[in-house]
Parts: sequence; C-alpha cells; structure tokens
Amino acid sequence: MNTKHREALLGYLYISPWLIGFVCLTLGPLLASLYFGFTQYNLLNAPKFIGLQNYIHLLYDPDFWQSLYVTFYYAIFSVPLDLLVALGMAILLNQKVRFMRWFRTIFYLPAVLPPVAVAILWNWILNPKYGILNRFLAILHLPQPQWLVTPQWTVPSFIVMSVWGVGTWMITFLAGLQDVPVSLYEAAIIDGASVWKKFWYVTLPMISPVLFFNLVMGVIGAFSFFTQAFVMGSGYGGQGAGVNNAGLFYALNIYIQGFSDLNMGYASALAWVLFLIVLLLTLLIFKSSALWVYYGGERE
Amino acid sequence: MSARTSLTADTSYATGASVRLSRRLSRLVTYLLLVGTSVCFLIPFAWLIVSAFKTSDEIFVYPPIWWPAHWRWENFVQALTTLPFGRYALNSILIAVVNVVGNVVSCSLVAYGFARFRFPGRRILFMVLLATMMVPSQVLLVPQFVLFHELGWTNTFLPLTVPAFFGSAFYVFLLRQFFMTLPLELEEAAKIDGAGSFRTFLTIVLPQVKPALTAVAIFSFQGAWNDFLSPLIYLNDPTKFTLQLGLAQFQGTYHTEWNLIMAATVVVMLPMLVIFFAAQRYFIEGITMTGLKG
Repeated sequence: MNTKHREALLGYLYISPWLIGFVCLTLGPLLASLYFGFTQYNLLNAPKFIGLQNYIHLLYDPDFWQSLYVTFYYAIFSVPLDLLVALGMAILLNQKVRFMRWFRTIFYLPAVLPPVAVAILWNWILNPKYGILNRFLAILHLPQPQWLVTPQWTVPSFIVMSVWGVGTWMITFLAGLQDVPVSLYEAAIIDGASVWKKFWYVTLPMISPVLFFNLVMGVIGAFSFFTQAFVMGSGYGGQGAGVNNAGLFYALNIYIQGFSDLNMGYASALAWVLFLIVLLLTLLIFKSSALWVYYGGERE
Repeated sequence: MSARTSLTADTSYATGASVRLSRRLSRLVTYLLLVGTSVCFLIPFAWLIVSAFKTSDEIFVYPPIWWPAHWRWENFVQALTTLPFGRYALNSILIAVVNVVGNVVSCSLVAYGFARFRFPGRRILFMVLLATMMVPSQVLLVPQFVLFHELGWTNTFLPLTVPAFFGSAFYVFLLRQFFMTLPLELEEAAKIDGAGSFRTFLTIVLPQVKPALTAVAIFSFQGAWNDFLSPLIYLNDPTKFTLQLGLAQFQGTYHTEWNLIMAATVVVMLPMLVIFFAAQRYFIEGITMTGLKG
C-alpha cells in the first residue's frame, strides 16, 4: 500500500465515528422521518402507508397554522431585537472601558444558565400582580400587561425574555469588533469620518460575517424554540401551549403531536415542513449574503 | 442643523480642553449605559435570590418587598427534600460526564482526521458536517426516538449519552480550527522517530490543543446539563429524572409556592454559575473561534 492510500485510509479511520453517527443518527433518521410522514404510526403498530393524507390534514389543522403564526411572530421580532441588543452591548464593551471583564461577565452570564431554570424565573418575573417587571412598569406609570395570562401578550413575553440571553451573540460580536484592524479606523479619521460614518462604512462591513453567522443561527434557534415555551406555557393551558394555544410554538406542536398524542406519522410530516422552512430561510440568507456580507480574506 | 454648525465652529477653535471635555462626556455616557444595562441584567438574579428566601406570605405582598424580614434558609431544605433532588443531581452529573468523555474523544479524532489527512471526498464530507448544524433537532426527534425505542433503550440513559461518542458538528469544527493552526514540524519529527499516527496524535498533538479540548468539555457539559427535551421524551421513571426534569416537575406540583420554586431554581443554576466563573476564559475562546471563522 503506498503512502497516499495509507493516508486516505487513516483519514477515514479518524473521521469514522462521525461518519457512522451521521449515517445512523442524522441521515437515516432524516430519511425515516420523510417516510413516516406518509404513514399513520403510533409506535405500537407498524407504520401504515397513507400517502399524502398527513400533508393534506396539515392544511386544515388550525394548530399547525397557529404554531406557524406563533413561531414566525416570535422569530421576526426576537431575532432582530436580540441581534441589535447584542451588537449594542458588544460596542459598549469595545470602548476600552475599565472593568470591561466585569461588565462582560454580567452580560454573558444569563446565556449559560439552564433554560428550564431561566423559564421558571421569568414565569415569576412576569407574574402580572406580584412580578417585578410589572412593579417597575407601575413605578414608571406605564401600562402593565398581563403577560402570559393573556393570549395577545404571550409571544411578547417570550420576546422580552429572549433579550436576557443574548450573551453568546454578544461575545461573537465583541470578538468580531476586536478583529477590525485599527489602521482602517485611523484612515477613516484622517478622511474626517464621523462616528456614525466610521460605524457604517468600517465597522459594519468588517463584522458582517459575524452578523451573518448569528443571523443564521438565530433563525434556526427561533424555529427550534421549545424548552422555555413548554415550561412557561404549562402553567397556563393544555399541554404547555399557554392560554388559547397562544404559546403553541412549532417545536412544541411537534412534541405534542408525536409524544403526547402518539401521532408519530403526523409529527414527522410537521417536522419535514419545519425542515423545509428552515432550509428555505437559510438559503435565502445565504443568497442575500452576497449583497451584504464582506469577507476581507476572500480568495480564489 | 444649527447645533452641528456650532459644533464645527467649536472644533475649529478647538482647544485641548474642549476636546478633552467631549471625550470625557462620551466616556461618561458609555459608563452610564454599561452600568444601566448591567443593572437590568442583574435585577432578575436579585429577584430570584430574594424570592427564594421569603416566607410564603411575603411572596404575595403588593408592592413586592426587596428585603425579607427573616432570610429563610429553611426554604432550601424544604424545596430539596420534597423531591429527590440529590438523586436527580447524581443522574445529571453522570449523564453530563459521559457526554464530556464521549464528545472530547470522538470530536478530537474526527477533527484531526479532517485537519491533517487528505482523502477523497474530504471537502464534501466537511461541508456535510457543517450542514448538519443547520438541521433543527426537532426534525430528527421522532425517528431517533423510534430507533432507540426499537433498541429497547427508552427509559435508560443510553439515548442521552451514546450519541456523544459519534461526534458533534460544532465541536468538530471548533477543534479542527485549532488543529489547523498547529505547525506540522512536531508531527513530522515524531513520524521520523517511528511513532505511529495514533501515538503521535495522543502524545504530540492533543497536548497542544488543551484549551480547545477544555472548551469542548465545558460546552458539552453545559449542553448535557441544561438539556431538557431529550430527558423529557426518553425518561419516564422518576428515579431516572435529571435536575432539569425534576425542576420542571417541581414547578408543576408546587405552582403557587414561588419561594420554594425559586429556592430549587437557585440550586439548579448554581453548578453552571460555578463552572462559568471558574472557566469563563474557555467559554469565550470557544465561542470566538467558532463564531468568527464560521
């Protein structure tokens, strides 16, 4: 055996754990769920092929549309808001300030905590009568919503809570900001650029790859949003979906269909629709990135 | 507009003093914003801790009080003994530790394979690996459950631990980034000395990426420790519950005794807080490596 073959063989050997895992735990299940989507399956009996019935049923299923509405509503507001807050905090931290480590620790900390614990804490913070948020709103003479108790404030409750956990995004932004070459700012200052122009023409293009990465991950995260929805909604309505299903996130609906009602076939169809939606959104972001993402070290 | 002209007029006469003044002003604004945001981020923690020490009467006082008359440590005893939290903690630790071992071993092997060896299909396979990060876990939920159900693994820790031994895209990516930065010379020298590839990997390569391995260990501990969905669907015997499941169940059972619920929440948060303060550097380095080069 020559060295080239030997090297290839060794390479495959090293990556074999992932290769096996990919086939058995990702690709296989992905195809299996595509198949289950065309069947009626309750885990006890063998899957029964029913053609497109699950997908037709889905079109007339109010829970499906409700979950789609809730998830899009959450994603459209929480992703841009969280990105903006994370970027703002990263810019503040990048100002050569004293005690920067302390501030960074405080901003980042909530992001590492268990989502169940965070959800339970926020359930109490958002308590309409005894919670601390409405107390502050009362002191400021602002209206005090009933948060998770009323359907129209349920998704906003989750959006408010999401701001507390932007730490990871903030760290990536901060790293991106620290990577911007100082020489670019110096050149901009010589050209007489204002603070705003420096941000718009130097900072933003230079950190656009980070923004891109966070945007993709944020969209995927929003569409997989489950734990907080389940834990916070369970005090307010059937199977954790809040009052009048106002907190019925897409992932929660999959869980309820598959693991509470044992409609594994229908849950698989729902999962594939989710997969296609996320794929489409990711592709859109990737396609659009040619217009707004700047890669400094671009080669080839 | 007039403000701007007066500003430019100012700077044209700029003395050192006025420049210093405006710099000081912007510095002041920065600190005000930093402190303000910090307070907003810390208030939930303060509220959590204060609530955990209140009596059940003090919990339901309007307006809320910020200083309990008597700090009730008994709340913690009461909260932690009503459910077997000690058992839950042991289960969580066991699952998290096995996940750490599995991920560190498998991901470092796979990452080294992608970083150092040329083989047909390497680029495509690596792209596939990255693409798996974009598959929402819910899509694989049902078929993975069916698989583990057929294997007879439900209601055991196996579905929560075995997958870690098959690598995870995020950690493989992170480690590969580190391996790529290592100079080849040491490995080549070891090869000339007659060391086998695997021995070189263990004794020469791995010691050089300790910070990255630590980051992977911490992230996978955090991931397993914080996970809720997998234990929720795979475990139904209460003696096998993890802390997260136990905490969620506790909230469901004692839904009005917020002081006890907050006490239990503090305890469940504590290990992550300790790890975070002890190893913040690795969290930040790990995120920085993957976020930037993505």
